[in-house]
Amino acid sequence: MAEVALRLGDDISTDAIYPGRFMATGLPSETPQYCFADLKEFNARLREGKVAAGSVVVGDSNFGTGSSREQAASCMKGYDLVVVAKNYARIFFQNSLNVGLRLVICPEVEASEGDDLEITTDKVINRTTGKSFDITPLPPARQAILDAGGLVPYVRKKLLEERAG
Amino acid sequence: MKPGQVLEPAVDLVMSHENAALVLNQFTDMFAGTGLEAKVWDPSKIAIIFDHRVPAESAKTATNQKKIREFVAAQGITKFHDIRADEGGICHQILPENGYVRPGYVVVGTDSHTTSHGALGALAWGVGATETAAAWALGRMLNVEVPATIKVVVDGDFPPLVGAKDLILYLIGLISAEGANFRVIEFHGRAIRRMSTSGRLVICNMSVEAGATSGIVPADEETERYLREEAGVTDKISPVLPDPDAAYVETIEIDVSRLAPQVARPHTVDNVSAVTDAEGVKIDQIVIGSCTNGRLDDLEIAARILKGKKVARGTRMLVFPASWRIYSEAMRRGYLADLSQAGAIIMNPGCGCCLGVHQGALGDGEVALATTNRNFKGRMGNPNAEVYLSSPATAAASALSGTITDPRRVPGATAIEIASGRAGDSAKGDD
Repeated sequence: MAEVALRLGDDISTDAIYPGRFMATGLPSETPQYCFADLKEFNARLREGKVAAGSVVVGDSNFGTGSSREQAASCMKGYDLVVVAKNYARIFFQNSLNVGLRLVICPEVEASEGDDLEITTDKVINRTTGKSFDITPLPPARQAILDAGGLVPYVRKKLLEERAG
Repeated sequence: MKPGQVLEPAVDLVMSHENAALVLNQFTDMFAGTGLEAKVWDPSKIAIIFDHRVPAESAKTATNQKKIREFVAAQGITKFHDIRADEGGICHQILPENGYVRPGYVVVGTDSHTTSHGALGALAWGVGATETAAAWALGRMLNVEVPATIKVVVDGDFPPLVGAKDLILYLIGLISAEGANFRVIEFHGRAIRRMSTSGRLVICNMSVEAGATSGIVPADEETERYLREEAGVTDKISPVLPDPDAAYVETIEIDVSRLAPQVARPHTVDNVSAVTDAEGVKIDQIVIGSCTNGRLDDLEIAARILKGKKVARGTRMLVFPASWRIYSEAMRRGYLADLSQAGAIIMNPGCGCCLGVHQGALGDGEVALATTNRNFKGRMGNPNAEVYLSSPATAAASALSGTITDPRRVPGATAIEIASGRAGDSAKGDD
């Protein structure tokens, strides 16, 4: 069971997730401090450890629109957040899989802040409202990267196969 | 090749900027524990251009830039553009003007506006730092699904003071910020064939604001002219063109002959209206420049609208040429003098203002009108400010009045004929 820690709407930009003015900071070990920095209250809860690992950020359409900054994915990964949205902007979507951030595509999702969600392999079940919603599976080529634990271990394996051979 | 098919395409060019510091970290991590030497696959196909925070605004950035310089030297990376007025500028201008991008190339970059390079008939898209590190290591992209393509046919002749920026804003407003998500936009039609490479760079640059993976203009005579005359390319150019029976997921037809100047209102790029519906909004800061609209023709129209006049009191104006080559040419032609005498500050080429990381930040409650490409909340450094987007002509006209103004209202402006960057016209030619 996981709580909806933050409920957002359509077109959540990477500037909203990780404001551009903190872009000089890039290392995954350092980006979490600026996660949703302009949502001051939520950012403070994250930094104070008050948002449990596995908590869910719910959005609607075109989540992660905008820049290619990987900080937007790595900052959420740093708190082990899970994102559930109707669909995602392409670069953010790929970046998230590459850094191992769990994304769920759930085109009909209905959830409010504070709701308890259970996320299975094919459904998001809202235990607060009793409704359940189908998950669109990740394309296999992308699932493979997430399954490997992200793109770094995925490429490391390829390098060993190709360069050491 | 069909949409949805999974490929591992080889890349011809991999671009990054200050973000290379993170790429470098991920690249090193990929080799950790393998016993292999961390060498890039081909140092001649990697481009690194410092443009986001130049000169460095902080010790952190300066240290990152230093690490990147050391990496460039150690790996023998040749397409490196440091903070220098004889080679520097914004990555999306440096690549075209140095002939680094050719028709048919596969180009990726750690910047969402890498779509720009479709203007030269390349397939170019933005990726994150880790994916770029993978490209540095392997020379190919992994697990790429072939995107479907939207055909946009643009006919008619642009009216005076209406151009590429107005077209792309109009298109984004039409199809929305996610209208082309996971798709490629391919531009066709008379208005595109007659458009300069400078204009094509604008429409491909902002294709990503409709969510597109890439924007692409099939290479033609203008592409070859640009590469030969402006980028100094002398070797063979081999365009890759659409098949005559190519399948498109959607076709959109636009006639620009009646298009008005367009404006995107805060806080999404698809919140678009004709300038006439936004006139009168008080503007605190005008920004002309960026990877979208900092080229010679952009500076020329602004200079010619502002020449001999003044930026309104209570409004400040910043100009960021897209590269030092453009800066120098605009200086030689007198555009920079015209702009600075009107009260505009001429900044050094760079991207920092647009995303709020380096100069030109907005105050609480302030409003900017910018020729940049994004107006998200928090853009330009302040979540308590607003950014409107427009063409350089609209921005210059608005600088005169201090409010959003239809450039067609400026006396004499509709008669201005731009000398630079026209298709079939050398930018090196005289006014």
